Amino acid sequence: MALVTLKPYKTPELYLECYNISPDVFAGKTSAEIAELDVREGKTTVKLGDFFEVKGNAGKTPEETEIRVSGDCSRIKYIGNKMTAGSITVDGNADMYLGGWMKGGKIHVLGNVHSFCGIAMEGGEILVDGNAENYVGCAYRGDWRGMRGGTIRIRGNAGNDIGTFMLGGTIIVEKNAFIHVSTHAEGGTVIIKGDVQGRVGGQMVKGDIYVLGAVQHMLPGFKKVGMTEREVDGMTAKFTHYIGDLGERHLKVKGKEVYANLYVMAA
Amino acid sequence: MPKWITQVGCPYCGSSCDDIEVLVSDDGKKILETRNACVIGNEIFHHVSSPDRPKKPRMRQPDGNFKEITYDEAVDYTAKTLLKSKKPLIYGFGSTNCEGMSAVARVAEKAGAVLDNCASICHGPSFLAIFDNGYPSCTLGEVKNRADVVLFWGCNPMHAHPRHTSRYSIFPRGFFTTKGQMQRTIICIDPRETDTAKLANIHLMIKQGHDYDLFDAFRTVLRGHDIPAEVAGIKKDQILEAVEKIKKGRFVMIFFGMGCCHTDGRNHNVDIAISLTRDINSHTKASIMAMRGHYNIAGPGQVWSWQFGFPYCLDLSKGTHAHMNPGETSSVDLAMRDEVDCFMNVGTDAGAHFPIDAIKHLKKRPFITVDPNICMASEISDLHIPVRVVGVEEPGIVYRMDNVPIQFKKVVDGPEGVPSDEELFDRIYERMCELTETEPIWLPSREHAKAPTAAEQ
Repeated sequence: MALVTLKPYKTPELYLECYNISPDVFAGKTSAEIAELDVREGKTTVKLGDFFEVKGNAGKTPEETEIRVSGDCSRIKYIGNKMTAGSITVDGNADMYLGGWMKGGKIHVLGNVHSFCGIAMEGGEILVDGNAENYVGCAYRGDWRGMRGGTIRIRGNAGNDIGTFMLGGTIIVEKNAFIHVSTHAEGGTVIIKGDVQGRVGGQMVKGDIYVLGAVQHMLPGFKKVGMTEREVDGMTAKFTHYIGDLGERHLKVKGKEVYANLYVMAA
Repeated sequence: MPKWITQVGCPYCGSSCDDIEVLVSDDGKKILETRNACVIGNEIFHHVSSPDRPKKPRMRQPDGNFKEITYDEAVDYTAKTLLKSKKPLIYGFGSTNCEGMSAVARVAEKAGAVLDNCASICHGPSFLAIFDNGYPSCTLGEVKNRADVVLFWGCNPMHAHPRHTSRYSIFPRGFFTTKGQMQRTIICIDPRETDTAKLANIHLMIKQGHDYDLFDAFRTVLRGHDIPAEVAGIKKDQILEAVEKIKKGRFVMIFFGMGCCHTDGRNHNVDIAISLTRDINSHTKASIMAMRGHYNIAGPGQVWSWQFGFPYCLDLSKGTHAHMNPGETSSVDLAMRDEVDCFMNVGTDAGAHFPIDAIKHLKKRPFITVDPNICMASEISDLHIPVRVVGVEEPGIVYRMDNVPIQFKKVVDGPEGVPSDEELFDRIYERMCELTETEPIWLPSREHAKAPTAAEQ
């Protein structure tokens, strides 16, 4: 793996849109070429080198390229946009659209991320050590095809709209979440290890949700069907099994309707 | 002799009443009396004659006071500020005509600005739900003639849309609703006992912030499943009774307002309301409509969707394409995150409507207001440019809340030298083209209008 280090030395006046911070773009480029890549601040186009000190040349392919952003990226959007391979590590916070439309590779953020982390993700891995704001692994506005694959792990809390219109993949929130988990989902798995305030699985067609803490307000469209023992993220526990959303349309397989599953850990 | 002008449009709420009659003085300059308008509409017509109205742009001076300047100076300042900014925000347009909205789009594109309208803090979440789930809607005429079960969810038309209930939703006698109110079942879902709730046959006093849960209960019952004994503070029996009434209706109409799209969940509340409308249609006919606030707030959605493909929160800073993602490109979020470096408030009052923190952020940079009147935003602006009042001094197309276009009339002449929104934005656009040494691009219709007439030729 060839390591490229980006050290931010200047804070942008507004926000930087760095579609180019991705192993796919860096691959085959020298540090000088990388510093010449375009980034956008509002309507102006500037160079990556105007804001970051670039060290190291990239590998020949994205797979062989490792990017380390050693500093805070609170005002940097679109890190790892559409990446397919390689890895990115951010030693601080990252702004919106981290790993958006991502297809492969790995991103590790040591701080917090803002909204739209892993939007419309198709594959790869995102690990956030801190908290995430809203719309983790959601769909783009108006798109009925949300997250299709890959794994997002948030070690802290997450806001609302987790896995909206999700079709596949896994989202793990290790602490609490606010509202709207897997709304409109037609597949995929969401695991919330802490508590959720409510609206878990609203308008959900298919897929699984695990809540290891408590659901403060259960939706009326979810019906308790029994108790079950399941393995979740490396641990086995007893869960109360609910099916739903009974108010939503559902596919029929062999004449029987297939519902979405909600498992809430038994106290 | 003073003259009565009939079939005048009212520039106040989303009902966009077009049956107002206005008595105009001999010289055609003063409005003496109005008929048919509600108290607020009446006030708007009389307001244009106010002697305190500003008639010249006012520029903030270093000592903090305003000084009157000429329109040319104001146009020059605005053009230069917009060109200099990296990401200006142009926001408002609740109360202007579609011609003005179309003209500002040229300015925004040239400036690489973010173009947003009042829906951003109003029915924006409803737009998101419509993107996600469609909009099975109808016109207000259909409501008047057909609807016999009307739901008001989180809205209070008796106060916010004073003539809505008498023209369309509760009282009028229509083609199939010949008995008017007697024939209609009114269901109101509101945490408070509003004046609309007092008119309702069923008032479900919902626990605030639990709209989504109650919608889910309605849908679950409609699909024949059981629900818990109490949902969102409403007893199961009451929910079953309401669902029964809905199923028995011949035409069910759901009107929803801020109470639905601005409590927790926002777009999802509207989203599930649309799903509910779809479900009801397997039993009877049903339709849904947003209670849009201003008389032409549906206008920017129409105009900009046609021009750019999105109704609001348009980020034109990329130069090559429009980008829209409310949460990122919405006015309040941009302001709170310090993402814009110039703010232009047009035909609305961001000073009164935005969170105070958002205004504090925006105030760090140039702040321009375009509005006929003195408002909170104009008083904190660096530059206030007065324009003519649409619907009173300026004609134009407006879109009613059901997206029906209506031609509004001019009833009196505007103050001398004061331009309309469209004229002002065209001047700003021309000045921007001059400064950047580029050719202005006018729409073919516009070129046509500018072409010499037969007589001139």
